[in-house]
Amino acid sequence: MVETAVRTAARPVARERLVALAERSWRPFALLAAGYAIWWAVTQFGLVAAYKLPSPGATFQAIWNEVGYFAHHTWVTTFETLLGFAVALVLGVLAAVVMVTSAEIEKTLYPLLLFAQVVPKVAIAPLFVVWLGFGLTPRVVVAVLIAFFPVVVSMVTGLKSVDPEMLQLASTMGASKVKTFVKIRFPASLPHLFSGLKVAVTLAVTGAVVGEFVGGNEGLGSVILQANGNLDTPMLFAGLVVLSLLGVVLFVAVEFAEQLLMPWHASRRGETVTVTY
Amino acid sequence: MTVTQQAPAVEIDKVAVRFRGKKREVLALEDVTVDVRPGEFVSIVGPSGCGKSTLLKLVSGLLKPSAGAVRLLGGSVDGPRHDVGFVFQRAALLEWRTARRNILLQAEMRGMPEREAAQRAGELIEMTGLTGFEDALPHELSGGMQQRVALCRALLHRPPVLLMDEPFGALDALTREQMNVELHRIWRETGTTVLLVTHSIAEAVYLSNRVVVMTPRPGTIAEVIDVDLADERDYAATMSLPGFATATGRVRELLGAAGGHE
Ligand SMILES: Nc1ncnc2c1ncn2[C@@H]1O[C@H](COP(=O)(O)OP(=O)(O)OP(=O)(O)O)[C@@H](O)[C@H]1O
Ligand SMILES: [Mg+2]
Repeated sequence: MVETAVRTAARPVARERLVALAERSWRPFALLAAGYAIWWAVTQFGLVAAYKLPSPGATFQAIWNEVGYFAHHTWVTTFETLLGFAVALVLGVLAAVVMVTSAEIEKTLYPLLLFAQVVPKVAIAPLFVVWLGFGLTPRVVVAVLIAFFPVVVSMVTGLKSVDPEMLQLASTMGASKVKTFVKIRFPASLPHLFSGLKVAVTLAVTGAVVGEFVGGNEGLGSVILQANGNLDTPMLFAGLVVLSLLGVVLFVAVEFAEQLLMPWHASRRGETVTVTY
Repeated sequence: MTVTQQAPAVEIDKVAVRFRGKKREVLALEDVTVDVRPGEFVSIVGPSGCGKSTLLKLVSGLLKPSAGAVRLLGGSVDGPRHDVGFVFQRAALLEWRTARRNILLQAEMRGMPEREAAQRAGELIEMTGLTGFEDALPHELSGGMQQRVALCRALLHRPPVLLMDEPFGALDALTREQMNVELHRIWRETGTTVLLVTHSIAEAVYLSNRVVVMTPRPGTIAEVIDVDLADERDYAATMSLPGFATATGRVRELLGAAGGHE
């Protein structure tokens, strides 16, 4: 009896979580609705010329008219983003693990990493096209490069923020380095990693689009570029709307994965935020 | 060395510990010498910051002395020792593991047989009154409950030497008494050598064969007090024995003279 009481109090069932999510997220939706209303009003009453700012109706009409076209290009961009994000995730985590195991390696790699980060990706993207051709590869590479940094930095911070006493405890247990890593260090660094992943996933979208701008004729980036060339503003806006949606969906997906993997973290965070009088 | 008597379980020999920080240097311990016989229960009391936690970390090999030597169970300590159970001053639980799985961490790290570990964990949970909270996460437990989880974790592998750093500091008076009685029983039954750091004079005297009283920083040993009480101790009855009053009185006197906060 006591046990079940504890469990329900601690881990809300899916429906309760959904309600909580709705309660937390109605405000941004309200803001979005207000923005939409303003957009509609501005165009409706001719405050801005239609060729500069298409009405929401025209924008959604543009998507509707070319659903297949948009679906294809959205898929291309999504694929590049996810692939780039996944590669950045794996490489970033590995690099962070290597860096925290040896101070020497960290000192060697950090300046290199920082250098790679400060080089403007937009500026070197054309170079990748020269090197890697017009295919998928250069676009994914740009996405990886741009998403890599937040992953490494957050993971290094996470791995270093483990309670030293916890590690001391592990050593009195005769735990091997690998076991200590798997059971203590890695899980303890997840909250930090995820805050980096949320940044990384949105940056990966940017990376893919930058890649599409400079090379190839596929993806939402090239849709926007083409529409711009044709002075087809409804199409341009349609591309922007779909792209923004993609970013939001991916961000929410990472947040969802975070809650799924670390219910302890989410619930504790929830508690510190809500003060019950 | 000639075998005269039983070799001590813990030998702390003229140990000093100096912490070098960026801004200051702290001499935490100076010329500390203590021997603990196998199966003995020794408590350490002293003002805050006098180096009690430091002393326990020395014994377990988590900290290297700046001078002197430490021996544990006949071997010199030169690295983390696995043959101890350690309860830290803070519970140090993994926040993503339930109480039971935090206790079982000990078994997983050591590669103990699962069956045996699970059964032992069950016993310890019952004994420490954690029944019903096995599946609670640390943030759902009170501070005292968290400490009890840490205690179970330290006892899981039946260590020959148990090191405890204020394990009952977060408990209410009544639970603390119960835990004292429980710990006393465990000690009697298992013959474990115990080193306990505590701020409670009554707790130290009730549980111990000897009480080590320390001076403020740099921590040195003011006096080691022999507790003149039988090993078999009933809690309430012990409190009214003359041996108990003598020992607590002496400890209090020493701490007062040492300028402690107790
Ligand atoms: N890692 C460290 N680096 C620098 N100084 C330290 C370190 N650990 C402890 N000290 C210092 O050593 C002294 C003794 O610390 P210790 O934690 O052993 O005290 P304590 O007797 O356990 O105190 P309390 O009763 O408050 O727990 C303190 O002055 C503390 O500032
Ligand atoms: Mg201490």
